[in-house]
Amino acid sequence: MATIKNVLFNMGVLDDLAMKETSIHRIHPLIKLLTTVVYLTVVVSFGKNEISNLLPFFLYPVLIMVFAEIPVVPILNRMVLVTPFIIGIGILNPFFEVQTVVVFGTSISQGWFTFVSLLLKSALTVAVSLMLIATTGMNQLAAALRMLKVPKIFVLQLLLTYRYISVLIEELSRMVRAYSLRAPGQKGIHPRVWGSFVGQLLLRTYDRGSRVYESMNARGFSGEYHRGNISKLKGKDIAYFLSWSLLFMLARLYDLPLLIEALIFSMGGE
Amino acid sequence: MEHPILEVKELHFSYPDGHEGVKNISFTIEQGESVGVIGSNGAGKSTLLMLLLGIHFPDGGNVFVGDVEVTKKTLPLIRQRLGMVFQDPDDQLFMMTVYDDVAFGPRNYQLDEKEVDSRVIRALDLVGIPHLKDRAPFKLSGGEKRAAAIASVLSMNPDVLIMDEPTAALDPKSRRRLIGLLNSFNHTKIITSHDLDMVWETCSRVIVIKEGEVAADGPTMDILANEELLDSCGLELPLSLQNCPVCSSRKVHEKIKLRGVNG
Repeated sequence: MATIKNVLFNMGVLDDLAMKETSIHRIHPLIKLLTTVVYLTVVVSFGKNEISNLLPFFLYPVLIMVFAEIPVVPILNRMVLVTPFIIGIGILNPFFEVQTVVVFGTSISQGWFTFVSLLLKSALTVAVSLMLIATTGMNQLAAALRMLKVPKIFVLQLLLTYRYISVLIEELSRMVRAYSLRAPGQKGIHPRVWGSFVGQLLLRTYDRGSRVYESMNARGFSGEYHRGNISKLKGKDIAYFLSWSLLFMLARLYDLPLLIEALIFSMGGE
Repeated sequence: MEHPILEVKELHFSYPDGHEGVKNISFTIEQGESVGVIGSNGAGKSTLLMLLLGIHFPDGGNVFVGDVEVTKKTLPLIRQRLGMVFQDPDDQLFMMTVYDDVAFGPRNYQLDEKEVDSRVIRALDLVGIPHLKDRAPFKLSGGEKRAAAIASVLSMNPDVLIMDEPTAALDPKSRRRLIGLLNSFNHTKIITSHDLDMVWETCSRVIVIKEGEVAADGPTMDILANEELLDSCGLELPLSLQNCPVCSSRKVHEKIKLRGVNG
């Protein structure tokens, strides 16, 4: 029970973070969305064995976290949620890759590199996506998507799904509470009632959803979602986008850690 | 001739399963009236409200808001003029902040953001919760949620306020505040409730619905003091008109009846 309520409470954490007023939060939502898209594209475009090349990309999430005053724990918690899937996808690589490489005198499977590379990429992309929500908020993001001429039906779908998850969880927590009060000593819900439980949940959520929809209609909702005015694009927004994009491109084209290493060595050699 | 603000003519509605929710209901409501719609559970009150708002459409009869008939085409106009406060404020508040929720209606009518802002602030002031504007609705108390839900309707500047069980699940003090709030509005009001004491205090006229039909329609004092009528409609006298539970002193409504007879 407590866990369901916790989920509900935790869901609000990203929304609460999005309400902050920091220099990052004030950047135009469209710019943050585009910067994130460029970032994701560049990170995903790396080959499957690259590791050191990916390291400079930690700069972006770390700086966002610092400047937008985003606490590490809630972001890490959410990243942990997806790790089992990533491990599931990559864990067999070390065993299937026949090629070996020698690292510090030991010969290991090339698969370890692809596995670590995959983990890094997932950590980076998930963290940056979460930070986009935590610094922008779902409403502003939806507005940015509309600016990009994404059809309103998709944007609305996204927004309402995001809102209705909490409706679903609330209904579920009520049902579980009612069940557990009349089923002392049981852990969880008996498989015998799973069917009717899920059916009930669907019907209740459907009812609740239609009431929410009616209340939206009663206030003049006609399929278009109006976020109100969003500040105009400013020069510094565009500068923000261009400078990050440039940095991402540079880090993609050149192996920055190697360059820095070479630079240090050449300075040391003089 | 000036149109009444709301006119319901021989309204009839059956649910898909054949159950008749509303049978041949007619009434008119004039500008500035406060009307309580009462009746036992399942009498058809909520169905009637849904028909007024065009959430359901009748099988027969019509609803006019001013001189505009409620049809699919006129819905945007109708819904701007009728503000509905739902029974469960959680159904009505679904945005991230109270401000956005109160702004939802005006933004749907594409008002410019300055106007939206002034309406939101005014609505929040009216219900006394300007300090909650940046809070998440799901974190508010029951009374605060109710106030926010009312503000989200007031911001649309409706001609008629329609409320479904506005005092449900409120603590006594929140309920008292709400009654004061309702009495402070000059809007035309339609209130459905089982809280007959609240209806007594806020409405000048009462319509009693029984099995989908109008059983009585008249001044609050006549209807809510009529024990026989209320009893036959599955209702009771308002608590404030019942015998004193300690000394069983004379019923207040007898005095009202006498007063009614004497003039």
